[in-house]
Amino acid sequence: MATDISVPASLDHGTPGPGSAAGRNPWWRSGNIAYGLVGAVIGYSIGHFLGNWIASGYQQVQGSGQNDLALVLGYLVATLGWLAGLGALNYPLQKLVGIQVTSEESEDIEHRKLGAYFKYTLDHKVVGVQYLFGMLAYFIMAGLFALVIRSELLSATRHLLAPDKYLEVVGEHGTMMMMMMTSAILGPFGNYFVPLMIGARRMAYPRLEALSFWITPAAFVVLLSGLLVGGFPTGWTGYAPLSVEATMGQDAYLVAFGLMGISMIIGGFNIIATVVNYRAPGMTWMRLPLFVWAMFVTSLLMALAAPILVGGTYMTLMDRTVQTALFDVNHGGSSYLWQDLYWFFGHPEVYILALPGFGIALELLPVFARKPAFAYRTAVAGMVGVGMLSFFVWQHHLFASGMNSDMRPVIMLTTEMISFPTGIIYLTAIGTLWRARLRMTVPMLFIIGMLFNFLIGGISGVFLSDVPTDAVAHGTFFVMAHFHYTIMGGYMFAFFAGIYYWLPKMTGHQLSQRLGKWHFWVLFIAFNSTFLPLFAIGELGMPRRVFEYQRALQGLNDWVSISAYVIGIGILIFVYNFVKTVVIDPRTPLAADTWGSRGLEWFTSTPPVATNFVHIPEVVSGPYEYGSDAGPMAVLDAGATELRPGATVHEGN
Amino acid sequence: MMTAKAGPSGEPAELSDRQHLSRIGIIWLVLSVVCMALVYFAWGPHMPPGTDSVQAKGQQFDNTVLATVATPVILFIWVYLAYVLINWRVRADTPVAELRDGPAIRGNLRFQATWMIVTGATVLSMFIFGTYELVKDSGSGTGSGQAPIWTPAGYSVDASQNKLLVVQAIGQQWRWTFRYPQFGGIETSQLVIPAGQEIQYSVTSLDVIHSFWATNLGIKADANPGVNNIAFGQATKIGPIDIRCAELCGVWHGAMYATGQVVSRNDFQTWIAAEQYAHKDLITFLPPYADFYLPQSDGGFYDPSANPLPNPPGPTPATSPTVIP
Repeated sequence: MATDISVPASLDHGTPGPGSAAGRNPWWRSGNIAYGLVGAVIGYSIGHFLGNWIASGYQQVQGSGQNDLALVLGYLVATLGWLAGLGALNYPLQKLVGIQVTSEESEDIEHRKLGAYFKYTLDHKVVGVQYLFGMLAYFIMAGLFALVIRSELLSATRHLLAPDKYLEVVGEHGTMMMMMMTSAILGPFGNYFVPLMIGARRMAYPRLEALSFWITPAAFVVLLSGLLVGGFPTGWTGYAPLSVEATMGQDAYLVAFGLMGISMIIGGFNIIATVVNYRAPGMTWMRLPLFVWAMFVTSLLMALAAPILVGGTYMTLMDRTVQTALFDVNHGGSSYLWQDLYWFFGHPEVYILALPGFGIALELLPVFARKPAFAYRTAVAGMVGVGMLSFFVWQHHLFASGMNSDMRPVIMLTTEMISFPTGIIYLTAIGTLWRARLRMTVPMLFIIGMLFNFLIGGISGVFLSDVPTDAVAHGTFFVMAHFHYTIMGGYMFAFFAGIYYWLPKMTGHQLSQRLGKWHFWVLFIAFNSTFLPLFAIGELGMPRRVFEYQRALQGLNDWVSISAYVIGIGILIFVYNFVKTVVIDPRTPLAADTWGSRGLEWFTSTPPVATNFVHIPEVVSGPYEYGSDAGPMAVLDAGATELRPGATVHEGN
Repeated sequence: MMTAKAGPSGEPAELSDRQHLSRIGIIWLVLSVVCMALVYFAWGPHMPPGTDSVQAKGQQFDNTVLATVATPVILFIWVYLAYVLINWRVRADTPVAELRDGPAIRGNLRFQATWMIVTGATVLSMFIFGTYELVKDSGSGTGSGQAPIWTPAGYSVDASQNKLLVVQAIGQQWRWTFRYPQFGGIETSQLVIPAGQEIQYSVTSLDVIHSFWATNLGIKADANPGVNNIAFGQATKIGPIDIRCAELCGVWHGAMYATGQVVSRNDFQTWIAAEQYAHKDLITFLPPYADFYLPQSDGGFYDPSANPLPNPPGPTPATSPTVIP
């Protein structure tokens, strides 16, 4: 079972310990962001030159005046240059050519220098914090695009943006949210807390983990740079014949999405391997926290679904650059192929964007209800069931497409079956709340809000899984309202719950609870006020991604736009709270045991020491044994004082 | 139901599990009965997409049924959450040292089994209902591919045997064109159809993926290049038709409208005869009617001989379709 718990804190075997000067790299080999940027510029130039050298004679390039190959190679080599400049390639290259591997990474971690957070570092806790800041930045950027969209839709016929600019903004918003936010919970909280929650000192593949993060800024910048070369007109779904004929911004979409797919694959494998191999003694599968289960299943989905996406983007890039005809019906391709590939990834992906939310909800409910998780094993089965079923439902996105139309009853069945395991999540939630001693703290407010929102999202999904009702709703704002209810109302609310809940553990500072309540209520009311009318707007005949609509719908659209601005205010309250607490005025006293949780992540100092635990704890009971006489969840090995849940831990360091 | 373990001491007059459950149950039941009746009888007849066609009416009925079934589900969770928040809260700022645990209930087999049976049965009945409605309405107005298996009476794959009025909807960036193969393959920019007539919409595209959506007729079928996507519909009310593109197809997707009219059968005959006469010279310039059109290698015209289907329908002499009574 749990193996390899005694690995040394140093992440490289047989090298000098952390902090030892003998292990230092020369200055020119220790990467940093500045080198990364230089590497990216050099890489872009090389790639662009190569692309021009290869393809400038192509008939296609000369006819259209756009050399997609040069841009794509520019993006790809720039990404390599960025990673090389960060030092991500040092270790594998040194290993490859047989140079003695040095370990410079552990030093900054050990002393927790600020600089460690701006480097390619191997401590999962640093990567978690990097992810948190990165994801918040991407999220806010994508949210600003949403406000631009809503501003354009203030009027039915008068326009703020030209139609092509409008589509560019729609595409940037959708793609940024759907591709960057796949890691919004797994990135910060999965990477930070999975080892802590299973009693491990480290991740299984810390280099892959760090790589998975440092790819995201590259993907983000590539995606954003699409605006400089004309944007892309396809929205986040990138349907194929259109994406093949689109302007060069489409290359940015394809490369960025492909990069993010790679980030998902390697980040997912890291967590799978960690959960399988690095559990502390006594941490049986049936004692795993539900959050870890959610991360495990999410990682499986990432590792299995994202390769299809990478393949799909690769094919489209081939069609665009070297004139293959995979999606060209005149030459044996098919316009259905991308739809199939994309949704075969895309539907598991929407559960990549739902399961982490379930995980946080089920993790926090026992803590604030002070009761065991109700029907723990059933909940685990529910999450695994959601994950498995998500691979069998993708064609419900294509009910009106004419493809495979006789299969529609089967897809209808598998899709509606998903409400069975999803219902189990609610079963566990309401069972845990039964006779609870419920503390409505800020994290709990967000979880209750999430249960409320996701319910509407899930129920509206039934209308999309049923072919006759989908005939009305497909391709309209109804769909858009549905997935915003599940992802924004579910996933984003859980994300904020996670921040309020775990930030004290990660930084030692607690966010203002008063501002947190304002944040919740403004966001919750504005969210519902924004997206509830969109169901009606869609059913009344407004397709998605249009810049013009029926005059009769202007009143509703204005209401939605104004509510969307209020969402922006809600997010601003959070940003103020976050920046004030973490950056400007971090004076709030350290709270070693903020919530009275039994979870293993609270069994160490706050913030945790570099090795997570001075002594690996031995797990003796489940994480949610509130109200029973099970005693504490874990004991430390010989010599260490026994820990009670909630006790402040003083590690001897 | 649930094991009545004595709650933590100090609570005044703690209710039993059964009492809590029956309170929740009664509130839920009363609200559900009232709201389900309101949804079904008051809201249902006004639900989109209206009653302008057989398909729209069917979809409206399906919307109504699903909304009615969803109502008690939503209400149960809402009532339960409200009940928990009102009855089982302690102060949020209780110091950690003073926290007391709730009862250690780890599960309840009866409750879990009931929950799963109810959700399972609901899911299965939704599936059966949806499939029945889909098959009964010959695809409920959705695009059903090149060879639909749920077809209305009078339909035949063989074009010469087909008794439906065929209207081809051709999407291209960024407009809709309609062809009437049984009337010499004439092209119009407006969709005109007779009321009470079963119509076969053959939807295809010349470039990227579009989606033909006649909003008030309840017809939605993707237009893919190289594909003949068939949907069936029968309009019942004389009046205007709103057509939009429901799949992102490029810059002017938002402006890809078309309009149309549902007219009486006599008016339709008059209109189509006038169209045929007015455009009799232009028709000779059109490519022969085909299930779909592929560009020729010189990029100029559309070549129906590239059609790989057996027996491409080809131009049909101007005969009126058999009107299904």
